[in-house]
Amino acid sequence: MTVRGEKHVTQVGETRRELALDCFLLAGRIMMESGAETYRVEDTMIRMAVSQNMINSHCFVTPTGIMFSPSEELATRFVRVNNRGTDLERVALVNSVSRKLVAGEYTLQQAYEEMMIIDQTNYRFNIWVQTLAASTASACFFILFGGSWFNLPFPFIIGGIGFIIVETILTETRVKIFAEFIGAFVVGILASIAVYTGFATNLDTLIIGSIMPLVPGLLITNAVRELMAGYFVSGLSKGAEAFLTAFAIGAGIAVVLSF
Amino acid sequence: MNWPLEAFLSFLAAGAFGVIFNTPRRTLVSCGLVGMSGWLIYRTFFLAFDDSVQASFAGAFAVSIVAHLLAKKFRMPMIIFSIAGIIPLVPGSKAYNAMRNIVENNYLEAIAFASEALMISGAVAMGLVFAEVLMQLFFKRQAKRIQRKMGLTQE
Repeated sequence: MTVRGEKHVTQVGETRRELALDCFLLAGRIMMESGAETYRVEDTMIRMAVSQNMINSHCFVTPTGIMFSPSEELATRFVRVNNRGTDLERVALVNSVSRKLVAGEYTLQQAYEEMMIIDQTNYRFNIWVQTLAASTASACFFILFGGSWFNLPFPFIIGGIGFIIVETILTETRVKIFAEFIGAFVVGILASIAVYTGFATNLDTLIIGSIMPLVPGLLITNAVRELMAGYFVSGLSKGAEAFLTAFAIGAGIAVVLSF
Repeated sequence: MNWPLEAFLSFLAAGAFGVIFNTPRRTLVSCGLVGMSGWLIYRTFFLAFDDSVQASFAGAFAVSIVAHLLAKKFRMPMIIFSIAGIIPLVPGSKAYNAMRNIVENNYLEAIAFASEALMISGAVAMGLVFAEVLMQLFFKRQAKRIQRKMGLTQE
């Protein structure tokens, strides 16, 4: 046991230390589940730890689990990250709570209670608002990628249907690859029907526009970015997730196109 | 090429992606602006040099810088602003074409499209990282200058 370590133990009492660890891990888990970058999660946890007098703590964040070691002689804690999505409102809220904790505006107990509230509240927009947004995005991309104005209703409708199918299957089964496959498959079929019945003209642009809400562009970019920043474990696992999603979408479209 | 129309559409698309990714309500308009600036710079570079890799790099660079400034202004993580702005630059059409060529047994064409898609996503990520590093250097220097002015340097 080092002298430095002894100092920490005396500075931070037993129950308070457990509460602090719970608080950091909860913050890390919420951020990781909401799609924050790995370096930001590690940075937030370390900053919170330093504000609670845990000076030489270490944490190791991966997309599927978070390890946090408060100091050399105390036990390391671990928490599992189960489902990952993108919910930036929660990232912002956890960030502001941690800022307040570091600045001394919140006590540890208050910060922990705030985190619990953030963890249990659903901040998402209504599913129909999200679907409308997906439809709008599809229609915009359709025009940006060179589609004609006469076909505008098709990407609007097909993009929305694809999005809502993926979301529904995801809430029912939690198997991402299956949801993406079925979503892309339905998009492909609807787009082909629209083109072969003569209502729409350009199949490629129609499919690309409608598929945009499902494309894992965010995951691909984040994966490459984390690899560049030196977070190889999270970079590779996010890259694998992105590859699987892209593969599922590609396979779904390919099944339709091959007929 | 209709600039105001493209600006409006990219603004709307980035804002819509902000809704899907559930960005905080009061930053939705800013997300749209980030997406718009990224897309317009991408298009400008694309029309000037006809190279989508360079254009993606420039677009991502612009997105990252605007997102960084907004993040400073709102005191929120930068990822909130950059995510929606990056989406229009993602090589969705290249990936789609690669896959379509695979289905049609044109493997050589497919490899060309796939490697282009890979290059573009690499360029987007590099644009993001470079802009981030530059902004960090800039703000560190600025913060030091302000500290020196106020006599707060710790020497």
